[in-house]
Amino acid sequence: MTDRHHSDPEVPRPEGPYPPTEAMLSEPVPEALQAEQRRQLAAAWDAPKGWRYWTAVNNSEVGVWYALTAFFFMLCAGVMALMIRVQLAVPENDLISADLFNQLFTMHGSGMMFLFAVPMFEAISILMLPGLLGARDMPFPRLSAYGFWCFVIGGVFVLGAILFNAAPKAGWFMYPPLATEEEGVGSDIWLLGLSFIEVASIAAAVELIVGTLKCRPPGMRVNTMPLYAWYVMVVGGMILFAFPPLIAGDFLFELQRSFDWPFFDPARGGDPMLWQHLFWIFGHPEVYIVFLPSIAIAAMVVPTVAQRPIFGYSWIVLSAVGTGFISFGLWVHHMFTTGLPALSLGFFSAASEAVVIPTGIQLFCFVATLIAGRVKMTPPMLWIAGALAVFTTGGLTGVMVAVAPFDFQAHDGYFIVAHLHYVLFGGMVFPVIGGIYYFFPFIAKKQLSARLSRWSFWLIFSGTNICYFPMHLTGLTGMPRRIYTYPDGLGWGWLNMISTLGAFAIAAGFLVFAYDLLRPKGGQGQVARNPWNAGTLEWTHDIPEAKWGVRSIPFVRSRYPLWDEPKLVERMDAGRYYLPDSPEQKRETLITSVIDARPIQVQEVTGPTWVTLWAAGFTGGAFIFPTFHWYGPAMVSAAFAVVTILYWLWTSTARPPRHEMREAGLGLRLPTYASGPAAVGWWAVWITMLGDATGFASVVFGFFFYWTASDFPPAGSPLAAGWPAAGAALAYLASWGLTLGARMLNRGERSGAAMACLALAPLLAVLGAGALILSVLHLEPASHVYPAILWAIMVWCVTHTIPGVIMQLYCLAGILFGKLRPRHDADLWNSTLFWHFLLLTALVSAAVIGLAPRLL
Amino acid sequence: MARLTALLLPLLLLLAGCSGRQSALGPGGADAQVLAVLFFVMLGGAVVLWLFMNGLFYWATRRSPSAHSEKGSFLLIVIGGILFPTVVLAALLSYGLAILPDQRAPGDGLTVAVRGEQWWWRVEYWPEGAEAPIRTANEIRLPVGARTEFRLDSHRVIHSFWVPALGGKMDMFPGRETRMSLEPVRPGLYRGQCAEFCGESHAWMAFEVEAMEPAAFDAWLAHEASDARPPEGAEAQRGAALFAAQGCGACHAVRGTEAVGQVGPDLTHVGSRHSLGAGRLGMAQEDLMRWIRDPAAFKPGAEMPAYDHLSEAQLSDLATYLRGLQ
Repeated sequence: MTDRHHSDPEVPRPEGPYPPTEAMLSEPVPEALQAEQRRQLAAAWDAPKGWRYWTAVNNSEVGVWYALTAFFFMLCAGVMALMIRVQLAVPENDLISADLFNQLFTMHGSGMMFLFAVPMFEAISILMLPGLLGARDMPFPRLSAYGFWCFVIGGVFVLGAILFNAAPKAGWFMYPPLATEEEGVGSDIWLLGLSFIEVASIAAAVELIVGTLKCRPPGMRVNTMPLYAWYVMVVGGMILFAFPPLIAGDFLFELQRSFDWPFFDPARGGDPMLWQHLFWIFGHPEVYIVFLPSIAIAAMVVPTVAQRPIFGYSWIVLSAVGTGFISFGLWVHHMFTTGLPALSLGFFSAASEAVVIPTGIQLFCFVATLIAGRVKMTPPMLWIAGALAVFTTGGLTGVMVAVAPFDFQAHDGYFIVAHLHYVLFGGMVFPVIGGIYYFFPFIAKKQLSARLSRWSFWLIFSGTNICYFPMHLTGLTGMPRRIYTYPDGLGWGWLNMISTLGAFAIAAGFLVFAYDLLRPKGGQGQVARNPWNAGTLEWTHDIPEAKWGVRSIPFVRSRYPLWDEPKLVERMDAGRYYLPDSPEQKRETLITSVIDARPIQVQEVTGPTWVTLWAAGFTGGAFIFPTFHWYGPAMVSAAFAVVTILYWLWTSTARPPRHEMREAGLGLRLPTYASGPAAVGWWAVWITMLGDATGFASVVFGFFFYWTASDFPPAGSPLAAGWPAAGAALAYLASWGLTLGARMLNRGERSGAAMACLALAPLLAVLGAGALILSVLHLEPASHVYPAILWAIMVWCVTHTIPGVIMQLYCLAGILFGKLRPRHDADLWNSTLFWHFLLLTALVSAAVIGLAPRLL
Repeated sequence: MARLTALLLPLLLLLAGCSGRQSALGPGGADAQVLAVLFFVMLGGAVVLWLFMNGLFYWATRRSPSAHSEKGSFLLIVIGGILFPTVVLAALLSYGLAILPDQRAPGDGLTVAVRGEQWWWRVEYWPEGAEAPIRTANEIRLPVGARTEFRLDSHRVIHSFWVPALGGKMDMFPGRETRMSLEPVRPGLYRGQCAEFCGESHAWMAFEVEAMEPAAFDAWLAHEASDARPPEGAEAQRGAALFAAQGCGACHAVRGTEAVGQVGPDLTHVGSRHSLGAGRLGMAQEDLMRWIRDPAAFKPGAEMPAYDHLSEAQLSDLATYLRGLQ
């Protein structure tokens, strides 16, 4: 069955000349050949028609859907903001009930953060990144589509709850005990619905990171890639480390909601502060996750406007990376009034101020670039200029509130509302709209109206200041946040009335913008190819109907190839560069090495399918049904999701290719299959598991957080069973060893032995999971937080064992049915990588459950 | 710092005049004064920096391009992006963080324990050396010129204790005690409010703070420690009977009577307070009647049931009795 005689375990290597010489590049391509190549590409990348349109997975479709959906959710959350403003316009207003008001501000914040700010970054990045990198598509188009459909389902579920008066109402920060005690399903909708969306966000982050690392055009070393790509990598990495602590928090929180395990209940040893730490370890980087992509847009617009390369490219990259790191060390400034020791307050005050420096460097690099160039106030630049004016206000109030004593007054008051909206409007809304004006000719091959742009700009700009500037004073004169009304006579009435008027000006501006965005532009004709005379690769796209992206993937030598290489576009169009054709009419893109972007592989990418929609639907069921305590349907839905995803993977990923090598253009022959560290899938697993390990670390952090309390474990409480815990560790170790062994045996063409390993390994994994369950079975998790956290660690580990076992069986089936061969073993490499992390999880779990309480 | 305070004091008094009694910019306490000065210093700096940054940006977009100087740009980034902010922030931090210890200084003797409830405040005064507390609710009186220690916690959810005109806020947790202190310097009536979102009626969880001269405060506290005075007049006596018959004492305590409930606010001297329902209504006859008839109409989600089965006359009797609890 294993067909080993036809495959060569020797890994093929790229063959042929690289880098290309000038002589090779200047050789013309015959007209007839060009036409044939175009026909092949068009056939391979043709978008599905009619109702099958929704099976599309390529970035030009999914990116647009993603962006429009995020924009729609933003409008919904914006309408909620207007309702909030109307209610607060006059004192003692009874237009909106306290209960509805609490739902509105909770959903306004949650919606803007989880359904607009982060998804919008991912949408724009999915849409733009292949263009910026001269790639045909993202490396995993179906993953993008799956993430998008998860986002739609989760977003509609969470936002729609407000129509049934059942929305979460404990604030977007969901502090326990208020949120844990909340009656109704609101808190569950928040926890499960948004966890679902966070999973989709992480999927997109993985895709974007791998895309940036592996799908750059030949020659585009990391230090020549567009700044936007750098920011994508930084922000993707931040998502990877910031979201898992929140997911871990959600996990503990939902266990308390559903099964009364007292993680945040002080009466049984729990501590509401653990949630605050986990939430803000996510929540503060989140601010920079929202802010950095906007700087990234500015970093694309500014050089184009100045018509010269950005000044201080490496300064900007270092600053972006630095901001990413520092942002993880600031979370306590959201907790300055929780009574932490003065030393902590001082440290986190200083750390919070430190982030000014990398931000300042980035802004001054832009200023230096603008000084050196001749600046034209195009619509995108107008928005960027507005962003700077608004953002500096928010930044300076940020410097103020970072000083802990001042925050004692400002915290949880309207001063903070003013501060955060200045930061988010200046650091997100303005640059994103600027970015849409800038990139629209690329996306739609049409131009937005400069006149309407000015209208919407001045409405939103003045509205922002009219709405939020008075709030500084409202807050300092004592108005707390999140109050649905206030008495007369405290001097807040007129300030609130002004803010409400400003909010309507903002809304009017958005209406103008939405009209400009969505109005039919059929009569306009196709816009010029590179209307701003920019220097980066996305502006080489020319034919709106052609979904292939670039006609051929260029060889790039500079940061602004369109400025520096006059013949580049002409040669790309002629198909002179790499992958100009698709002889088998397959969708393919070029994979290059991480640092210096040497071409190493031609990767087939997946095409249109319904399977992603089904998978998203079933995954949605698995998250949404538990909201209503329908655990049976949730299990069924989860099982269907697994089956659907397995079908998707089996039929379209890592299948042995028909031809081992492919002519990639310019005389270069590249392998068509890669496994292990050479494969994009392996990188995706690596990156995903880094995030997953962060989540697990957060749960384990919970254990040690409780340990810092005086009596943990409480005196006289029973210990977990030691021998089963030790046995579990050994069983996981054996299962991991067999998986690793299977990979090596398979490479050595000993498929039979590999299959035996893969058949035995799942049994040991199940045995290990069983032993781990057994070790805590006699403890009562609802009685105290100590048994509860041990159970939580066990549940985390056992849950992760399920995909571990499925992967082992998947590889076994792969060998059995000839999908996985000695050389074509990507699945086995990826599964082994997963198992490295699972082993780590299991060993730490066994140690914390079985060993730590005995030692503490 | 004292000189700076003296310079800015006229400005502060002006603001105190035009801003309300819940304003951090109209300070009546030592901590709030220091923080208001800190704010105005930072505000001045922020205005200058904003004008500089945006002015520079405007100039950069308007000037006609000249020969580009690599060195000039480099200097701009190093000075503007690194050196200048480092110096400014170091100065700000050493000024701002130096304030920190004073803001959490220990008290002079009197301790007030405040517990956040849904949505009101349980208050206990512990004079120095006291064995048992003096219990009251929803209003705090403090002596001017002395630093009073606060011990804070909460019954069910997180609240935050904030009297902007006297000082910064501190969160209140169930199962964990936090502490802070306040030192009023100007006698007057201030308003405090819960600053941490705590559920449906978060908006109506407020309280009055009266800063009094020390002698007046001592007299008041001695009186507050005493039992309730018996009802005077027929109306008040009918009201007292009604209070007992309706079972109000199951939740409320009126010391010196059979009412010993601890679920709701202590009402021993409720009539002497400035407000009703944790800052929700005044203490007029009509306010008490409206409140008792239907508390949830004024405070959504309030746990006290509606007494709308009582007649106007009965409500009036009750109100008279309660107002008499001076």
